Amino acid sequence: MSTDATLSFEEAMEKYDPVLGFEVHVELNTKTKMFSSAPNVFGDEPNTNVNEVDLGMPGVLPVLNKTAVESSIKIGLALNCKIAETCRFARKNYFYPDTPKNFQTSQYDEPIAYDGYLDIELSDGTVFRVEIERAHMEEDAGKLTHLGGSAGRIQGADYSLVDYNRAGVPLVEIVTKPIEGAGSRAPELAKAYVAAVREIVKNLGVSDAKMERGNVRCDANVSLRPHGRERFGIRSETKNVNSLRAVEHAVRYEIQRHAAVLDSGEPVIQETRHWHEDTRTTTSGREKSDADDYRYFPEPDLVPVVASREWVEELRATLPEPPAARRKRLQADWGYSDLEFRDVVNAGVMDEIEETIAAGATPTVARKWWMGEIVGRAKNADVDPGQLGVEPATIVELNKMVEDGKINNKMASEVLDGVLAGEGTPAEIVEKRGLAVVSDDGPLLEAIDAALAAQPDVADKIRAGKLQAIGAIVGGVMKATRGQADAGRVKELILEKLGVNA
Amino acid sequence: MAAINRDDVAHLARLAHIEMSAEELDRMAGELAVIVDAVKSVSEAAGDDVPATSHPIPLSNVFREDVVGHTFTAEQALSGAPDSDENRFKVPAILDEA
Repeated sequence: MSTDATLSFEEAMEKYDPVLGFEVHVELNTKTKMFSSAPNVFGDEPNTNVNEVDLGMPGVLPVLNKTAVESSIKIGLALNCKIAETCRFARKNYFYPDTPKNFQTSQYDEPIAYDGYLDIELSDGTVFRVEIERAHMEEDAGKLTHLGGSAGRIQGADYSLVDYNRAGVPLVEIVTKPIEGAGSRAPELAKAYVAAVREIVKNLGVSDAKMERGNVRCDANVSLRPHGRERFGIRSETKNVNSLRAVEHAVRYEIQRHAAVLDSGEPVIQETRHWHEDTRTTTSGREKSDADDYRYFPEPDLVPVVASREWVEELRATLPEPPAARRKRLQADWGYSDLEFRDVVNAGVMDEIEETIAAGATPTVARKWWMGEIVGRAKNADVDPGQLGVEPATIVELNKMVEDGKINNKMASEVLDGVLAGEGTPAEIVEKRGLAVVSDDGPLLEAIDAALAAQPDVADKIRAGKLQAIGAIVGGVMKATRGQADAGRVKELILEKLGVNA
Repeated sequence: MAAINRDDVAHLARLAHIEMSAEELDRMAGELAVIVDAVKSVSEAAGDDVPATSHPIPLSNVFREDVVGHTFTAEQALSGAPDSDENRFKVPAILDEA
């Protein structure tokens, strides 16, 4: 695989102005598929959630899922779109084994929702408006696994295996208008936009919105033009960028790559790029050519969808609180400062904290665990915090053990590592590793005596009322007990010993 | 006559994965032009008071409730497949080495 030349991001920004565009595919969480009554379930045995419609057998007819239409209208409304009074489906014709019909049923000239916008809040509070061109209904394709050759990659594969469980799952594709003026904040805006769409569809309850499962998938279009020029440059489209971090990295990488191409005097090739998480680079896919001549035509097997204004208003009335309003409410409920709350949002753990609080933790405890323990581990593991696999119940259990004095914070952190390593529940790990706070005062008192004797000047300071000096003694005791002591109890005993009232 | 030339037909044939001989391309270019002209005469007959339609039946909103119905077993699903492996359809490599 050849490596493309890149400029530094800073140099690329000095010379060029980026223009972005996104196509975000959202899988709806309806019980059944878009056009068939087969179940829409992730992770089942291959080719068991299919029937004759999904397999494109001769003579079958699609029947539209009413809930999927309602979910699509809700997404349109949440994106501040107009809802088409009448719209229809179209066939997008192509030969590829992910669709057994040799066409994908989609919408072409009449999307159900159009002309919307989304206000995106960047990390410093700046609001950037992204305009939505359209949101249309379509069906997902089957899942191909390429085998033989260089394993997992389409190039050089000997054959592919196809699972049609995903074929026909309802999708809404959200397409932005060209996004201009983001400048050096383009990568950040890209991530924030996809995060906002994910948040909206999750909040609406119309999608499970798990990027790691492909419920929300992003194709990122990037082009560059010299500063001051109006005409857009030639774009590349990076496909299936499937985590928020990857969206940011892919846009940044493509800006750097385009800049190097333009600097060399060559034209950018309009093409599909594939994102590689391991190297954080893209490689060329097929060039846009005849293969993209899809010969759309109106789907003769489906009748038009007419969204009466009464129906649209009925659906509008069911919309939940918008995410921006929700954020305001949660911050007030949890009592976080602006800075604390912004850190939580930027770390991408607001939903996780909400779930942890719902599971029984206090807002302070939930924040301490997510921000203090989990975000750092996620960063080290190079995944989004929510993808690390920490269950809210685990946090509640760990915290209870700390509050009950069974383990201290240091041990709790160790137990969390154990949970993430798949060693079992917190209780099992505490048992297996023999973790327990030394609560028998005998050994503690011995260690305290030793620590006081070793630092007589500190002991004098504490006696004189300088209570903050106690840390040095507590530290000595913790060291002597290899961290197994309950720091709170040690403190009490030291004060008792020195006859000081805290 | 509608402008359907030989190159158009060859292009369509390639997109539709239909192999056509040189003679077939020549013949089809002429025939398709006639067919397109015939269809065009419909739009000449329809006045401004006739709205465009993509469906002959005056129906809309034919929906299905979101209730799970029947499915195939993997064996049934694969029963007509030319080749299969691990309960999945087995298909030839799609793209050659780029």
